[in-house]
Amino acid sequence: MIRGVKGSLLAAVSLALVGCAATGSEAKSAGDEPAAPAAKPVKFNKDPYPSTYKGYPTRLTVVKGVTIFDGEGGRIDNGSIVMTSGKVDRIGGPDMELPTDADVIDGTGKFLTPGVIDIHSHLGDYPSPGVDAHSDGNEATSPTTPEVWSEHSVWPQDPGFSRALANGGVTALQVLPGSANLMGGRSITLKNVPSRTVQGMKFPGAPYGLKMACGENPKRVYGGKGRMPSTRMGNFAVNRATWQKAAAYKKKMDDGKAVDRDLAMETLAGVLSGEILVHNHCYRADEMALVIDMSKEFGYKVSTFHHAVESYKIADILAKEGICSAMWADWWGFKMEAYDSVNENIPLVYKAGACTIVHSDDANQIQRLNQEAAKARAAGRRIGIDVSDEQAWTWLSYNPAKALGIADRTGSLKPGKMADVVLWNGNPFSAYTRPEKVWIDGALMFDANDPKRRPVSDFELGQPGEGDVK
Amino acid sequence: MIRALLLSAAAVIAVPAAAQDVAIVNAKLVIGDGSAPVDGGTVVVRGGKVVAAGAGVAVPAGIERVDAQGKYVTPGIVAAFSRVGLTEVDAVTGTNDRSANRSRFSAGLDIAPALNPMGSPVAVNRASGVTRAIVAPQSSSNLFAGQGAVVDLADDMDMVTKPRALQYVAFGEDGSAKAGGSRAATFLLFREQLLAARSYARNPATLAEWDNDAMIQRADADALVRVIDGTTPLFVRVDRAADIVNVLKLRQDFPALKLVLVGVTEGWLVAREIAAAKVPVLVSPLTDLPGTFEQLGATQSNAGRLKAAGVDVSVGVFDDDDAHKMGYATQYAGNLVGLARVPGASGMTWDQAFASISSVPARAVGMEGSIGSLRPGRAGDVVIWDNDPLELGSRPTAIWIDGKAQSLTTRQDRLRDRYLTPQEGALPKAYDR
Repeated sequence: MIRGVKGSLLAAVSLALVGCAATGSEAKSAGDEPAAPAAKPVKFNKDPYPSTYKGYPTRLTVVKGVTIFDGEGGRIDNGSIVMTSGKVDRIGGPDMELPTDADVIDGTGKFLTPGVIDIHSHLGDYPSPGVDAHSDGNEATSPTTPEVWSEHSVWPQDPGFSRALANGGVTALQVLPGSANLMGGRSITLKNVPSRTVQGMKFPGAPYGLKMACGENPKRVYGGKGRMPSTRMGNFAVNRATWQKAAAYKKKMDDGKAVDRDLAMETLAGVLSGEILVHNHCYRADEMALVIDMSKEFGYKVSTFHHAVESYKIADILAKEGICSAMWADWWGFKMEAYDSVNENIPLVYKAGACTIVHSDDANQIQRLNQEAAKARAAGRRIGIDVSDEQAWTWLSYNPAKALGIADRTGSLKPGKMADVVLWNGNPFSAYTRPEKVWIDGALMFDANDPKRRPVSDFELGQPGEGDVK
Repeated sequence: MIRALLLSAAAVIAVPAAAQDVAIVNAKLVIGDGSAPVDGGTVVVRGGKVVAAGAGVAVPAGIERVDAQGKYVTPGIVAAFSRVGLTEVDAVTGTNDRSANRSRFSAGLDIAPALNPMGSPVAVNRASGVTRAIVAPQSSSNLFAGQGAVVDLADDMDMVTKPRALQYVAFGEDGSAKAGGSRAATFLLFREQLLAARSYARNPATLAEWDNDAMIQRADADALVRVIDGTTPLFVRVDRAADIVNVLKLRQDFPALKLVLVGVTEGWLVAREIAAAKVPVLVSPLTDLPGTFEQLGATQSNAGRLKAAGVDVSVGVFDDDDAHKMGYATQYAGNLVGLARVPGASGMTWDQAFASISSVPARAVGMEGSIGSLRPGRAGDVVIWDNDPLELGSRPTAIWIDGKAQSLTTRQDRLRDRYLTPQEGALPKAYDR
């Protein structure tokens, strides 16, 4: 129940984006009437809580003799990687020339992948311990709260971050508001590094997202309070009225007119101008199809449907529209809109050629998204959908990076990209495998062989089990 | 092509039939008692029970013979702590009989008539290799949640293997909330209710005298009498190390209590005490977050450390989804095998891990002699797997429960088949079946 509400309800609109209103207004004045001096474009700071993250110290590092999944569907057996200055320098086969002055790690019998990217997490916003005082993921006081930013709720001391790193090889994640609201607020993409501040975790330059939610959660939460929406048609009516208002706000700004700053509208205008990506919690196929029409009605694009347990019913439509599905392997039955789940959802979406992502929405499952992908891959193979290991890894790194707008920087092991890398002690699609080392921007942030490379949050310091293997 | 494959796979196993005598040969045979798998093994089931299993077992003449082709053959998984059968859709309250939140009764509640063998979770869990389950009611408004059952997941109307197989009670934060806001109230209420039941057993007329203080009904007292004398195992949810120690002390007042600890997140901190008390535990082994202040010491090494200390450790799937995803038991057990390879961590061997989801939970509920392994005399619950059952994505290819071949097809499979090609054909999807 908690999961259903948390996961589905949160919709955060995060606003780190750059220039929604100002950009529009400049573009317009340039194109139309260059001489209109009266309308002075309004500029608001679009990045008032800027990232302070910088990579941690790196060493020239080589892993050799390892099986590599490059994150974009490629595989190299007996391969090597060179990491330098926080970047992937190169990957290749046994013939690739290696630097002589590097730290060399023998990867024989091991596997190397891009770090796992979880596109759907509430770490920090619903941290451990899950006490009421920490319940910061749903601003469930109004069905639309695009003005809230999930980063303002993130508690960097959530022990869940270190579990996701050490057990799950997670190097980046999107923290979303919950799904109580139709428009829950802005999401934020984080590097999975410990920090005193959330700014110290923010993925530099990642676009903001807007969390939206379909279906049961918003209508239950607000219907239960005797407010609109109490039905699915109410959900759409409130959404459409809000988008209409946002379109008017944006037009005013595009026209260079003075506006009273409205944080909610600022987020939605950012969506309409394409700077903020929509992450829409939605289970049912029929509702997803309606959301697609709504997005066209108001001129925005859905990046990803989250949960999407019925994507398999409209996989062809999702492929045509270029919308990603972020899914579980096999969660089902906890609520009505999760009743038609099938174990083959992920491989069927993949087979249709639509963007396929494995997500967690859960502080436990984020620790084994590789295992969830393995189950989905096996389910696909049983019905004749041939998915190789290296193809399935795209569900865990490159595709979520694409859906988050960061695929040019991370999510695969192409030269020049961030060295967000996991060395696994075996095939990561086996239950018997765990991360051995995790690098983020080339810095070794976890090492199973070195207890000192195991982060311990302030909360766990001085508590039973401090620094334990977990 | 895909459809043809599915049909041919389905044709291998018939719809449930009467108990059949069957010998499964050429198996990578797992007995489930912690012994190592045996290649070239045979298991013989007659009259619904295992009569022989091992290498070099002769196949009786005239008996149906199934060639496992070298695949893993195991006892069915025993879900160690679950709510399978008690709910269809959790958030649809009419389908959800986990807890009797507004009932006047507590310990006397008996889940048996609430079980729905026709529910889709039964079929889905069965298709993942689970053949038996220990089912407990969920905590309600009262301290004692009521009596659980051991059930089978066969495709028939008779689900109960053993009714009133356990009594369930939660201590810790949960119990405290029910008893009045403090652990002190939990321990006192527990003691008072048991004393009332004991007094009632000696002289039923005395129950009224206890009524105001102990707050139990006659039916509750009846059930608690069986807890006091050890007839009904008492499953106690408890996580904090200090709470575990105090729960073990309950036997000072009630020496015949047959305790089974559930959760036990901080058990590794008091593993020696638990082992000395010879109390079995059921854990959800991947719990590693301090979700509450009574789970500060949470670690995935809990199960392995308890096992190493000599505690009987069953692995279950709870605090996650305890009704729909019992199939996670094999994944969790597999993770314990993986943990054994992590420096500084504790896990289990493959053989121990498999036993922790088959014979060990059977033993915890006092049924080791009748379910949970392929030793002679146990129920004919047998699974043939397509791969290592503790590996990700492995699935049963055939299942027998009490010697009856079971359907492996679920409602989910039907939905999948309908949408293998999502586009509608000449007629809408509703005509495609």
